[in-house]
Amino acid sequence: MSGIIAQNTLDSSGLIKAQAGGGAWNFIKKLTASASSDLSFVDGTSDVVLDSTYKEYIFTFNNIHSDRTFDVAYSLDFQFNMSIDSGSNYNVTKTTTIFRSQHSEAGGDASLAYQTDKDLAQSTAFQALGLYVGTESDNSSSGYLHLFNPSSDVFVKHFICTLNSVYSNNFNREYFIAGYGNTTSAVDAVQFKFTADEIDAGDICLYGLTT
Amino acid sequence: MTGIISDNVGRTSGLIKAASGGGGGVWTKIKTLTASADATLDFVDGSDDVTLDSTYPIYVFKFINIHAATDTAIFSFQGNASGGSGYNETITSTYFESYHQENDADSSLTYNTSGDQGQGTAFQNLSQQGLGVADGTEDDMCLNGELWLFGLSSTTFVKHFISSINYNDKSASVYSNNTFVSGYFNTTSAIDEIQFKMSADEIDSGKIKLYGLKDSA
Repeated sequence: MSGIIAQNTLDSSGLIKAQAGGGAWNFIKKLTASASSDLSFVDGTSDVVLDSTYKEYIFTFNNIHSDRTFDVAYSLDFQFNMSIDSGSNYNVTKTTTIFRSQHSEAGGDASLAYQTDKDLAQSTAFQALGLYVGTESDNSSSGYLHLFNPSSDVFVKHFICTLNSVYSNNFNREYFIAGYGNTTSAVDAVQFKFTADEIDAGDICLYGLTT
Repeated sequence: MTGIISDNVGRTSGLIKAASGGGGGVWTKIKTLTASADATLDFVDGSDDVTLDSTYPIYVFKFINIHAATDTAIFSFQGNASGGSGYNETITSTYFESYHQENDADSSLTYNTSGDQGQGTAFQNLSQQGLGVADGTEDDMCLNGELWLFGLSSTTFVKHFISSINYNDKSASVYSNNTFVSGYFNTTSAIDEIQFKMSADEIDSGKIKLYGLKDSA
């Protein structure tokens, strides 16, 4: 490697050397939880871009944690919703699917199952991404969510999510969630939160994919 | 915008225009290891140009045409905690797969209890047997996919991993197997070494690439 390409290696602005894969991912925003009631990405706010700039957006979840007191009867869910009014309301109508694999630390209860109680059919409720999440000090959830073409005024808004989580009774659970916001209005904000209490720790990063 | 920058807008290789606000290319290729009848392929932080620490919050391994030296081999991985000895961290994991045979005789979506672990310290299976064949009849069989690792440097949380792989499994007729393996290293120690190997014999050929994902511009 020589000449102008070599001269631009490691640059981060102007002309840069393309990363493997073409450098299609573009970092947009990182939100770090600290006893936060929610983490919200609103286009045009705090340097967030969530518009027609990119046809696909990806959120990464790194060690999302709740320190809520454990309650075996309560499904503490990590969840999300979309907004078409810049975050004034997170209530986009959704139809979704959710299934998961699970296995306990004790070596039992291995299964693969559809989660009929957590999918949505034309509902404006928040969509669960992780269920009964563990709240012990080292418990967390990590994964990623793809949101496709949120700015379209023609099509519904598809999303696909994979999340790995420590389930509350010391299980590993991997969740697969997909669905669509059944709206032809542009989605311009996305919010993540737990069903109760705060997001104690963890971060969510937003990336846009150059296509 | 004029001149050479304008000329390079829209390119995806060579010189490209950085993303708005800088930060073009949040994926950093860290290391490629190419197998050639290797017992293991090891990625060790600080060795041989490998970074596997707090530099990146998320690391991704890409598996490209991984081929085994024997048809009973299982492709697997383990981690070693910083300051520890041996690839033997405690893992709880799940393993399920879809599969379909070339002769259309068999297909399914099923949980596979032989691939998971409950607080085990064994190598974590990413495939089942049949990955490669050394008998000369199916030398084109291989494995491709990826493994995501989250927060490896954390000293607070467990270390999650998520993998999706497609591979060939030879029986009376060759299968296409799509595996979904996830879990966590149940340790609050940082993990800074990852090893890949076959359950029997060597990794005959193939590449494993390690990337880091930036969480800043």
